[in-house]
Amino acid sequence: MNSNLNFKLYYKMKLFREVELKIAMEYSSRKMRCPVHLSVGQEAVSAAFSQIVRKNDYAVSSHRPHLHYLGKGGNLKRMISEIYGKKTGCSSGKGGSMHLIDTSVNFMGSSAIVANSIPIGTGLALSLKLKNKINVSYIFFGEGALEQGVFYESVNFAAVKKIPAIFVCENNLYSVYTSLKDRQPEKRKNSKMVEAIGIKSFTCNGNNVFECYKIFNKAKQYVSKEKKPVFLEFFTYRHYEHCGPNKDDNLNYRPKNEINSWLKKDPLKNFTNNFTNAHKQKIKILDKEIQKKIKDAFEYAKKSPKPKLSDLRKDIYA
Amino acid sequence: MLKKKMNFKDSINSALAFSLKKDKNMICYGLGINDPKSIFGTTKNLSKKFGQNRVFDVPTSENALTGIAVGAAISGIRTVITHQRLDFSLLSMDQIVNSAAKWRYMFGGKLSVPITIRMILGRGWGQGPTHSQNLAPMFCNIPGLKVFMPTFADDAKRLLIKSIFDPNPVIFLEHRWLHELKDEDFLDKKPDSLSSNIISKGSDLTLISMSYLTLEALKAKKILKKIGINIEVVDLISLKPLNISKILKSIKKTNRVLILDTGFPYGSISSEILSLIYKNLNGKLKTSPISLTMPDIPEPTSFFLTKNLYIDHIKVVKTVLKMFKKSMNLKKLKKPEFHDVPGTWFKGPF
Repeated sequence: MNSNLNFKLYYKMKLFREVELKIAMEYSSRKMRCPVHLSVGQEAVSAAFSQIVRKNDYAVSSHRPHLHYLGKGGNLKRMISEIYGKKTGCSSGKGGSMHLIDTSVNFMGSSAIVANSIPIGTGLALSLKLKNKINVSYIFFGEGALEQGVFYESVNFAAVKKIPAIFVCENNLYSVYTSLKDRQPEKRKNSKMVEAIGIKSFTCNGNNVFECYKIFNKAKQYVSKEKKPVFLEFFTYRHYEHCGPNKDDNLNYRPKNEINSWLKKDPLKNFTNNFTNAHKQKIKILDKEIQKKIKDAFEYAKKSPKPKLSDLRKDIYA
Repeated sequence: MLKKKMNFKDSINSALAFSLKKDKNMICYGLGINDPKSIFGTTKNLSKKFGQNRVFDVPTSENALTGIAVGAAISGIRTVITHQRLDFSLLSMDQIVNSAAKWRYMFGGKLSVPITIRMILGRGWGQGPTHSQNLAPMFCNIPGLKVFMPTFADDAKRLLIKSIFDPNPVIFLEHRWLHELKDEDFLDKKPDSLSSNIISKGSDLTLISMSYLTLEALKAKKILKKIGINIEVVDLISLKPLNISKILKSIKKTNRVLILDTGFPYGSISSEILSLIYKNLNGKLKTSPISLTMPDIPEPTSFFLTKNLYIDHIKVVKTVLKMFKKSMNLKKLKKPEFHDVPGTWFKGPF
């Protein structure tokens, strides 16, 4: 457990968890005036992704994009500023939590509409192929996107055109409050279904960061060797409500035993338990670093200037 | 001087070839782009000239293909998509409205989306409820989009090149009845601007039209001239942005206005123009401004049901006569043999 990689994975997971918890905590001050979709409980996938992805790879995401943005190397200060609606926000205050971008690291945007960014990520993969680049395009979405036609259109296109796309599905079992049993056939394996469309598929325990790391690595190698797209499905669970800063288990839309079993599979807790006492000192230092980074980001956002009212009409057309 | 013998479809082809040559990264796709019919001839030989990597046929997936264009465009690849009928593009409304039109604004101007979406509009020959709609107002309603609808071959070429090299998403509307037409059949001289062209001067009435209807407007003008009504014909060309100042300038001169619109009436391009005329020139006109549109019903398919549906020059003449409280013998006017084809060259099927 003392390898560099393990500390890096820990650092990212812990950072991601603490960023989301800080947003949840500060939300009640009513300064972050936009919907937020937190990824508490789902950190492992993005932490693993962050250790595999290269700067020149592309990535796009959905309505729950914070950790994909950060995993790709997106600037934390500018993300928090965006949620605060500030001029310094990564989208200049025009997009909010659901519309994040950092072109300096090729994170090309995220969209509030389920499955909306899937073809865009596919287009980025096409672009890489046309330009003969060795990079790949990562496309993040939830399992709800598998209920949208454009997912199938995009996967089919990627298969036909043999483009370097990695479709990343985080299956957290719920679309807002609606459970899988009302949305998808009970025994269907999504990976088998996608494979039948014509692309290689892998499934993975999305709460085990090391497993996630291995799968991302495998996917990357497959795409660069075979020059074909891949579909990944990670099984995971969100601890907070679909949208907002609270837990909502009092609404009883998720069975108690299901919640408890997933809480036992908390990716951060379980991974941290693997560290021995000898590593505690290092972990402490990392935790301190994380707290400082988050404190700085929130201070930066709070102090940042508001956008000017004249910015309202800016950037409608290029 | 107009280029001789260049019809609308060849102009489109020539604009695409010019652009593909100028920008080595540009790509162009759509269902049937390389098939034997090559989108009514508009994409003929492009794949041969520029390679299958840049001009390629695609799966029947309008929504994904529009998103793919956005993805390609934000990473520096200009993209032209073609729909053989506008009506198919409705499957891609999410990508047009939520992605193409927004990817610049909602990310604070970090990226631009240079895509052009060609949509072909049908009329007649039983195109029916879902192959004949002009839904331009829907696209014009979206901030971030531009909407062009040229009439003349020469304009089509210039405007398509302009669309392709515009850093913004452009909806490019082509009327199917124009594809085989040459400008010298209708125009004496070249129009002078790319937006709201006054293509034929007059002093008594401003006749605003779009696309194919501009040809009917020019025919009506010739007829009405015989009884001393001089019509100024304004061809909109760009529906968004709309060159309203040029339109108002013409109306201030003529004090009468009639608008011809190939779309449905409710929330239409013509009602938008009427409202701008009202806001700017309220009470200053000699007669109430009038618009002719398609009726507020889905277009039926049957030859027999569409008989009186379309706006043609005779309808225009009758409307103008009413505005001027004048009459003339209309029996001598030559009606086309069939109301549902643009000419003998059109033999269907679409």
